[in-house]
Amino acid sequence: MRSGVIAEKIGMMSLFLDNGERVPVSVLKVDSTVTDVRTKERDGYVAVQLGAGKAKAKKMAKAQIGHFAKLKVEPKKTLVEFRVSDDCVIPVGSQIGANHFVVGQKVDVSGVSLGKGFAGVVKKYHFGGDCASHGVSRTHRSGGSTGQREWPGKVFKNVKMPGQMGNKATTVQNLKIVAIDEARDLIMVQGSVPGFDSGILTITDAAKAAAPKNAPMPAGLKSAASPVEAPAAEQPAQTSETKE
Amino acid sequence: MTNLIDTLKQEQVAKMDKKIPDFKAGDTLKVMYRIQEESGSRLQAYEGVCIARKNNGAESSFTVRKISFGEGVERVFPLHSPNVTSIAVVRRGKVRRSKLYYLRSLFGKAARIAEDKEGRKVTDAE
Repeated sequence: MRSGVIAEKIGMMSLFLDNGERVPVSVLKVDSTVTDVRTKERDGYVAVQLGAGKAKAKKMAKAQIGHFAKLKVEPKKTLVEFRVSDDCVIPVGSQIGANHFVVGQKVDVSGVSLGKGFAGVVKKYHFGGDCASHGVSRTHRSGGSTGQREWPGKVFKNVKMPGQMGNKATTVQNLKIVAIDEARDLIMVQGSVPGFDSGILTITDAAKAAAPKNAPMPAGLKSAASPVEAPAAEQPAQTSETKE
Repeated sequence: MTNLIDTLKQEQVAKMDKKIPDFKAGDTLKVMYRIQEESGSRLQAYEGVCIARKNNGAESSFTVRKISFGEGVERVFPLHSPNVTSIAVVRRGKVRRSKLYYLRSLFGKAARIAEDKEGRKVTDAE
C-alpha cells in the first residue's frame, strides 16, 4: 500500500479532453515532505508522517520544534500519517510530487466539508417540510414526529433531527485524475472535493479501485533524498505525462 | 491562489490556439461542429443568429439561435472547444444590446435584425 499525499485545494475549472469533451476538474497542489517514519519495531505499525505548509517556530510547542530539529526537516504546519506497507516506506526528508500519481488512475480525496452551521431537517436531510397553507401554523419546515407513543417511550437513536451540518471529515471516493502538471505539482481530478479553496486535503490511491500498475513505487519523489530510493522512484515517473 | 486558476485557464486557451473571428451578438454565424459517432467523426454545420456571448476565459461560450422547421432552437457552444472546428460570420447585425434574449418572444418579420453595412466586415466561410 502506497502512501497518500497532502494537497491544497486551489479551486475548480473546466478542461477539454482530447476527444473534445469538457469535464469539471478540481485543481489540487501537492505539498508533502516526509517528516517521520513509524516502524514496526518501535511503534508497532508501519507508516510515514508527511508534513505540508510552513510553520512559525513561535507558534509551535517545544516538543514539535525538537521533533523537526532531530529529523533535520523544515517545520511544517500540517502533519498527517499514512499507513504504508513495508516496501513503501519513504526516507525522511524526501518530497513527494504530483508525479506520485498517474493520469487515469482513481483516487480518494479526504478533507473537511464546507460548514453549513446549525441546519434544519429540510436543508440537512431533504425532509419535505409541512404544507404552506391548509391551516398549518408556523411550522412550515419542521421535521414532524420523532417517535411513537408510550411504547417505546423514547426517541430512537439516529433519528434525523436538526443540528450541525457540514464542517466534518468527508471522503470522496474514486475521483479520476484527468491531468497532472509535474512542474507545478498540480493534480486535476474530475469532480468536486470537500472544503473551501486553500483547504488542506489528503489524496490516496482509491481504496475501491484496482491500484494503477505504472504508478511509481514506493512514491513519486520530487528530489531524491536517498540514493537507494531514487532510481526506483524516478524511472516509472516518466509514465505520468504532463497534460493540461 | 485563484490567480493560479486564471493562469491555467489562460494556458488552456493558448494551447487550443484557435482562430476565433471577431463577432458579437446580432451576427449570423455558421458554426462547424464535430460530432463523434461510432464510426469516426463528422462535421455538422449550424447556422443562426448569435444572441449572446459569455466571456469567462477557457469557459467562454456563445449562444446561436435559429428557427428550425418552425421551431426556435438555441445551442450553446463552448468557444474554445476543440469540437467547434470553425466559426464563420455570414452577416453582420446591427443591434443595441449584448444579449438578444428578446428575440425569443418574437417571430417572423419582427425577429429580423438590421444588417450592419458599414464598418465591420464579414469573414470568409471555410
